[in-house]
Amino acid sequence: MSTLEIKDLHVSIETEQGTKEILKGVSLTIKTGETHAIMGPNGSGKSTLASTIAGHPRYNVTSGSITLDGEDVLAMSVDERARAGVFLAMQYPVEVPGVTMTNFLRTAKTAIDGEAPALRTWTKDVKAAMQQLRIDADFAQRNVNEGFSGGEKKRVEILQLELFKPKFAVLDETDSGLDVDALKVVSEGVNRAHATGNMGTLLITHYTRILRYIKPDFVHVFVDGQVVEEGGPELADRLEEEGYDRYAKGAGAATIAAPAAAQA
Amino acid sequence: MTEITTEKARIGAPSAQPFIDGFTEEGENLSPVNTGTETTTAAQAPSAGPLAGASAKSHSHGGGVGVPDSSRAGRLTSYKLADFKPLTGLEEDWRFTPLKRLRGLHNEVLSGSAPSVAVTAPEGVVVETVGRDDSRIGSAAIPEDRVSANAWENFAEATVITVPAELQLDGEVSVLLTGTSAEASAQHIVIVAERFSKSRIVLDHQGSAIVSENVEILVEDGAELTVISLQEWNDDAVHASSQQAKLGRDAKFKHIVVSLGGDLVRMTPSTRFTAPGAEAEMFGLYFADAGQHLEQRLFVDHAVANCKSNVLYKGALQGRNAHTVWVGDVLIRKEAEGTDTYEANRNLVLTDGARADSVPNLEIETGLIEGAGHASATGRFDDEHLFYLMARGIPEDVARRLVVRGFLNEIIQQIKVPALEERLTDAVERELAASDN
Repeated sequence: MSTLEIKDLHVSIETEQGTKEILKGVSLTIKTGETHAIMGPNGSGKSTLASTIAGHPRYNVTSGSITLDGEDVLAMSVDERARAGVFLAMQYPVEVPGVTMTNFLRTAKTAIDGEAPALRTWTKDVKAAMQQLRIDADFAQRNVNEGFSGGEKKRVEILQLELFKPKFAVLDETDSGLDVDALKVVSEGVNRAHATGNMGTLLITHYTRILRYIKPDFVHVFVDGQVVEEGGPELADRLEEEGYDRYAKGAGAATIAAPAAAQA
Repeated sequence: MTEITTEKARIGAPSAQPFIDGFTEEGENLSPVNTGTETTTAAQAPSAGPLAGASAKSHSHGGGVGVPDSSRAGRLTSYKLADFKPLTGLEEDWRFTPLKRLRGLHNEVLSGSAPSVAVTAPEGVVVETVGRDDSRIGSAAIPEDRVSANAWENFAEATVITVPAELQLDGEVSVLLTGTSAEASAQHIVIVAERFSKSRIVLDHQGSAIVSENVEILVEDGAELTVISLQEWNDDAVHASSQQAKLGRDAKFKHIVVSLGGDLVRMTPSTRFTAPGAEAEMFGLYFADAGQHLEQRLFVDHAVANCKSNVLYKGALQGRNAHTVWVGDVLIRKEAEGTDTYEANRNLVLTDGARADSVPNLEIETGLIEGAGHASATGRFDDEHLFYLMARGIPEDVARRLVVRGFLNEIIQQIKVPALEERLTDAVERELAASDN
């Protein structure tokens, strides 16, 4: 059993207009086996939280901490975090030239496990996982994400999630841009990974739609870089009906709308 | 990630800052006569150009009146240096080349000692050193530019390698060219693959040299020949190499250029079809690091019917002022019905401050062809790619190696000499490791 603990996290970015604070004191604790949904309007800082956990260089942590079983995650490089068991399913996976999926998956698996996977079982595992996610077999020979559609890219992210078996998965708007069929396929993949009982999930989403397929244990509502409300799955249902408007009223619509443009 | 253009892809630093002296975001300043000549054109050139058939030992001019270089068929060719005007850098075929760094190859008498030639060949291959008057000299090539003509006028002796008719070689012929002189010099090599022979020849350029080289390659009827030219020069070398192949009926020719070392390397390989049924594949790999200028200008002359050609060059660039140039000219003449041709150039820019010029030119004078295509794409490996790979646990150095190796491997695996493939894979990784990153 592992714990990912985020304490009073403050994060800023450099913009042309100067330094801008995006996360204003976020605290979250996620344990193995739990699924936490983070919901919020555009520009509330959800994706910033995801990228900061993974270590994207654009985001500066000004104060607070992230620890994984007590180990200081913020002191780790991007690749060290991944090897420690943190996985980020990206919102916009990039195309990587010159590297085939096959080569990439094997190299990453080797790096994460510290040893090369046994070739025969690995090839079988990859094939099976691809089949379950309805990814064409010929994708294995194509370059990473090159020419993939939006939905294909998301499925390939979940393929990696299933193959790399992280301790904690951060899903950054994995559901956005997916049609219902693709959403089901992707959700099934996440649920399979979750069913192993060895993974904690941080599910970041704008919509409640994905929560019909992936059941969260906890729901956190994010507004303007802070968690403004927390609860169980029933909170998601309420959001489904009411939207984010009531938070906007409290905080002032203008202050929420402004950061949206900068962080989109 | 990739940008596809059919005419010109000039990528590198997308910022407004011109990293390379003399170049702006809009390219170098062209002379008025050259402006606009790089576009793909179906030109109104004379259909029987000076390059076809047996090489006449005189010179000829072509092209439309008052429009030099309106067609590749019209380019001046001559064995005489005096026929080529002194270079200004504004010429279409020299506009990317920093002439100052040619170290006299274009304007001095090439009297220095040429790189030494050591040939290791399987039994049956005939290796000779001959004088200028040997009848085989001029059998496959005629200079197309001043630097090549300068070498032709100045070379002292030539190495002639003959693979006799019907000889099928298992191993390869290895030609080690080692440069030791810092004076501008001229080199001449003739390769003759006689009828129905099958062979593979490696030209292995090493050491330090300032050399203009002419390589004549005659592939006779039914012969199958692979020529691999490796440029693993020291950092100070300057090398211009015109490698011209003439293909007979049903000949199969594969040409592979690998340029890694040297301060300035300018390769001008060409293939000319003289009888139907022949096939040519031309591959290239180049890796330019800081300050290096690696240029390749190809020409495929489909002068007869029913021949096939396929061109693929791939380049990686890293470091400030790393500059690569690829220009691919394919000419399908009126007579060349049934031609099937494709040419492509791919570049991978690994850091800011590097520049890749890519200009595929396709001239088609007949519509009765199987196929003709060209493509160019230049991609960047940037922080987002690195982040993606590292977020999957892959350390930075491994990530870079993964990308470059994957990108260039397509060419390396064409070599089919395991020891050589391994050596080049290692050499590419050394190039990567040598970076400041």
